[in-house]
Amino acid sequence: MEITLDINGDRQVLDLDPRTSLLDALRHHLGLTGSKKGCDHGQCGACTILVNGRRINSCLTLAAMHEDDEITTIEGIGRPGHLAPLQEGFVRHDGFQCGYCTPGQIMSATAMIEEAREGWPSYVSPSLEGDIELSDEEIAERMSGNLCRCAAYTGIVQAIREAAETREAAE
Amino acid sequence: MRPFDYIRADAPATATKEAGAGARYIAGGTNLLDLMKLEVMTPERLVDITRLDLRDVERTPEGGLKIGALVTNSDLAAHPDVRRDYPVLSRALLSGATGQLRNKATAGGNLLQRTRCYYFYDPAQPCNKRDPGSGCGAIGGFNRIHAILGASEHCIATHPSDMAVAMRALDAEIEVEGADGAGRRIPIADLHRLPSDTPQDETTLAPGDLITAVILPPPAKNTFQAYRKVRDRASYAFALVSVACVLRMDGDRIGGVALAFGGLAHKPWRDPEVEATLTGESPSDDLFDKAADTLLREAQGQGGNDFKIPLARRTLKAVLREATQTEAAA
Repeated sequence: MEITLDINGDRQVLDLDPRTSLLDALRHHLGLTGSKKGCDHGQCGACTILVNGRRINSCLTLAAMHEDDEITTIEGIGRPGHLAPLQEGFVRHDGFQCGYCTPGQIMSATAMIEEAREGWPSYVSPSLEGDIELSDEEIAERMSGNLCRCAAYTGIVQAIREAAETREAAE
Repeated sequence: MRPFDYIRADAPATATKEAGAGARYIAGGTNLLDLMKLEVMTPERLVDITRLDLRDVERTPEGGLKIGALVTNSDLAAHPDVRRDYPVLSRALLSGATGQLRNKATAGGNLLQRTRCYYFYDPAQPCNKRDPGSGCGAIGGFNRIHAILGASEHCIATHPSDMAVAMRALDAEIEVEGADGAGRRIPIADLHRLPSDTPQDETTLAPGDLITAVILPPPAKNTFQAYRKVRDRASYAFALVSVACVLRMDGDRIGGVALAFGGLAHKPWRDPEVEATLTGESPSDDLFDKAADTLLREAQGQGGNDFKIPLARRTLKAVLREATQTEAAA
């Protein structure tokens, strides 16, 4: 079936089997290999992308379901020479070792920082109301959908906390 | 994944018309696509309902809340009215899955998610739910996560939802549109079934029925609400035992209480006798033990899940102590 997708601001027309996951459409049909396939079952988060600004697992949705949606992948966040603040933070704080989970971590954290700014509570938030302070505990809970087998979690949390603080100071 | 026809519905009536035998609705898809990849579920047709206008949370004329079936778990947990008036529901939603999954998963789909029983998930294993008549691998097998209440000799699976447990404590009703276009409401108590000898039939919905909304009654005033979840990891894990509690004190006595339990049975578990044991009484550890005795009077372990019986007791008591500000007995 013919599917039109809006990816990183570009319109793409693809001829796909209805079974094609959004992740496979990105990687195999469009050559956007920044989004990674880890478990292919929504458990590891390596495939995390943004749909209309919200983070989702691209492995657990069909490309056919996303016509008219605004899709953002790691390629749309930053490029060598023009890195996003979170990408720079991951480099500065050693937020990775092998790097396989990193695009998913960065896409997830990008959206997570906005969720916290909108005041979304998490399971560890002491109150359901009020502003959210992204403590290490809050970051760990909110990022529990992104696994890192190199266990670079310390650097990941530092990079995210710094990016959130920079984002806050910029307001 | 087996091939299927993909159809996009633009209205509930088109959706129910397209959903014949062998068809499944898809909304968030986080559980359905997972199971289709494993060929545990093999629908011949997927009816995409994500374009239907079912994404609003509205006040009902009675002062309750009408939650559209397509409201995501994230949006529902963060909704100001839910946070203020139904905190047990926000907490339950936030305890489940991950940020990514909650952005996709919907209220309707969450109610209908399938068990995470290992034998159900593995087509090479016997499972009466996936393949009726093939037997139950979990009985006499690995059954750490399985049911201690309401199970049968055919199936000991549990319902995995946290959201549904909170909705059970809140006496939600499920709004359904049938294949004939007629609407009806089902109390959540009557939505899910116990396994009995047909564990493949998990709900009382008929083929083609479409959940369109969940209705919450007006919020109870001056209540303590909590969702306590015990699991193997601190985050992103299903409940071994969970308790949703809505409790109102009347002076120094318990004025009223609703308690629903996850991880214990094939459906969100609620037992009126437990609530009757507590209502009108002065809180104490002895009273909470009586409530736990009542809850667990017919509990049966299967070996690997025997620990759930004392764990359910302790979790219930911990919630009741917190709700009534009662100290633990020395």
